[in-house]
Amino acid sequence: MEQPTIITGTVGMDAHVIGTKILSRVLRDEGFTVVELGILTPPEEFIKAAQETDAAAILISSLYGMAELDLKGFREKCAEAGIGDILLYLGGILGVGRHDFLEDEKKFKAMGFDRVYPPEVDLDIAIAELRKDLKKRGKL
Amino acid sequence: MGNIQLLVDFGSTLTKVVAIDLKEEVIISRAQVPSTVDEDITVGLRNAIRKVRADVDLSSSEEGETLACSSAAGGLRMVAIGFVPDLTCEAANRAALNAGAKVIGCYSNEITQQEMAEIEEMLPDIILLAGGTDGGNRKVILHNASALANSRSLKAHIVVAGNKAAQDEAKAILAGMGKEVSLTKNVMPQIGTLDIDPCREVIRETFIRNIIQAKGIAKARTIVKDIIMPTPVAVLTAAQLLAEGYHEEKGWGELIVVDVGGATTDVHSIATGAPTKGGVVLTGLPEPYVKRTVEGDLGVRHNIHTLVEQAQKRGLLAGEDHEDIVAKFTRIEKLPENEEEVAFDEALAAAALHIATERHSGRIELVYGPTGEIPVQRGKDLTQVGTVIGTGGPVIFSRAPKRILEHALFDDSKAFSLRPKQAQFYVDNKYIMYAVGLLAKTNPNKAMSIAKKYITRL
Repeated sequence: MEQPTIITGTVGMDAHVIGTKILSRVLRDEGFTVVELGILTPPEEFIKAAQETDAAAILISSLYGMAELDLKGFREKCAEAGIGDILLYLGGILGVGRHDFLEDEKKFKAMGFDRVYPPEVDLDIAIAELRKDLKKRGKL
Repeated sequence: MGNIQLLVDFGSTLTKVVAIDLKEEVIISRAQVPSTVDEDITVGLRNAIRKVRADVDLSSSEEGETLACSSAAGGLRMVAIGFVPDLTCEAANRAALNAGAKVIGCYSNEITQQEMAEIEEMLPDIILLAGGTDGGNRKVILHNASALANSRSLKAHIVVAGNKAAQDEAKAILAGMGKEVSLTKNVMPQIGTLDIDPCREVIRETFIRNIIQAKGIAKARTIVKDIIMPTPVAVLTAAQLLAEGYHEEKGWGELIVVDVGGATTDVHSIATGAPTKGGVVLTGLPEPYVKRTVEGDLGVRHNIHTLVEQAQKRGLLAGEDHEDIVAKFTRIEKLPENEEEVAFDEALAAAALHIATERHSGRIELVYGPTGEIPVQRGKDLTQVGTVIGTGGPVIFSRAPKRILEHALFDDSKAFSLRPKQAQFYVDNKYIMYAVGLLAKTNPNKAMSIAKKYITRL
């Protein structure tokens, strides 16, 4: 089976690059095909890239606290674009000020994200979970 | 092999010939006659050559070496089909423009029956079928291949330039229903990569092999050596040669060619368009080094009403009421007869150029994030391009071409539009851009030297 394609990038007006770069690098080392959209990526661009490349997952980074605003209706937009079932992961600093990560996780899962991670996540864990999820969907 | 090279452009209205003395590297004769594509293309061509023979002692072997380009019989009419509008659909559109086509339709996603009927009615010469990155989406391009295959009346040649993983199946579907198919590399093999040169070559070959035959232009081969490209490609080839130079003949560096015409205003930029300031983030589909845009609503005659409207909206046309003048100018062949008309005509050309270059050039937008201001660029940064070449009747025959060409420059009131900040202006007085492009194929050195001689510095 071919390597699944994963879309990465930092969403919205956010110029934080390190997280998404490291994530993309590790994913490639692990054998995935990565489409690295980089910083300042509008939500729609993730979706367009996922459509053209038939991607298996979109892994979004956000570190400036505006993720909820940027990603409002994101899962629905995916559905409109014919990729409503795509795996969606979100990681980073997902709100402004002090935050309980568990609350953030609950909020974004309710918005349609499959997994949500804090900035200190061990990428080995995240990737293991990605493999598990992809296998379950027959993409790996 | 004689010394004289004839170079012909079969235009939609006029057939033009330029005779060049290859040894002296000068133009020894020029002629233009009405094109006669409808009855027999060789009639007009023979008239033009006869005129040249009045100036030049032309041997029959020299005549046999004539090279030609063509935009006759509607030019190279193409439909572009892709998947996501901003991605492979746009990539296909750019590929077609870059190949010198008149893009008569651009379709995205899975085409509907209605859209298929539209395409059939348009009678395109070539359909460029793209969709999916390599290894990406197959569903859309295969759906569209089936739709095209199942169209009984469709005679167009189809160039498949999409997802590599789907191309064999696409070809089988199309060929299976008797459609003529060519395969080439994906115009957008990966997100963020545009690869339109292979496609351009295949389109050119199809044009030479098939299209000109169907349009009755191939008959000219009984006289000329060959028709080797669509006219816009000749202009682009000339532009690229002038920019890059050839061996000892130095090029002029990155440049823009603007062509103001009765039906369209076209802009060609030979430039990488990379950001010229630090810290700029590039976004959107990459644009080709050789970029051609055709503004079908900015011709100074054919769409004079929409042009006037757009110009007025942007404050480019002084005065309020132009109804009387516009009414006179809707006659295509109309030339300005008095001072007022001349001034108006020049203002129109300037406005067309202004709007066309703004559309062609990239834009910069300041995005405000928590880390500060970030400039985001979409399209080509042409601010450091130092040369602008003007062509087309409205520019060439105006009293002050420089005044018109200055409208291609950076405008402080629209600083987001990345147009050249300052430039040296040239005019193609002798209408030889196409000839330079044709000659460049066999003799780039001489083509360059002739271009430098006759394209006038302002």
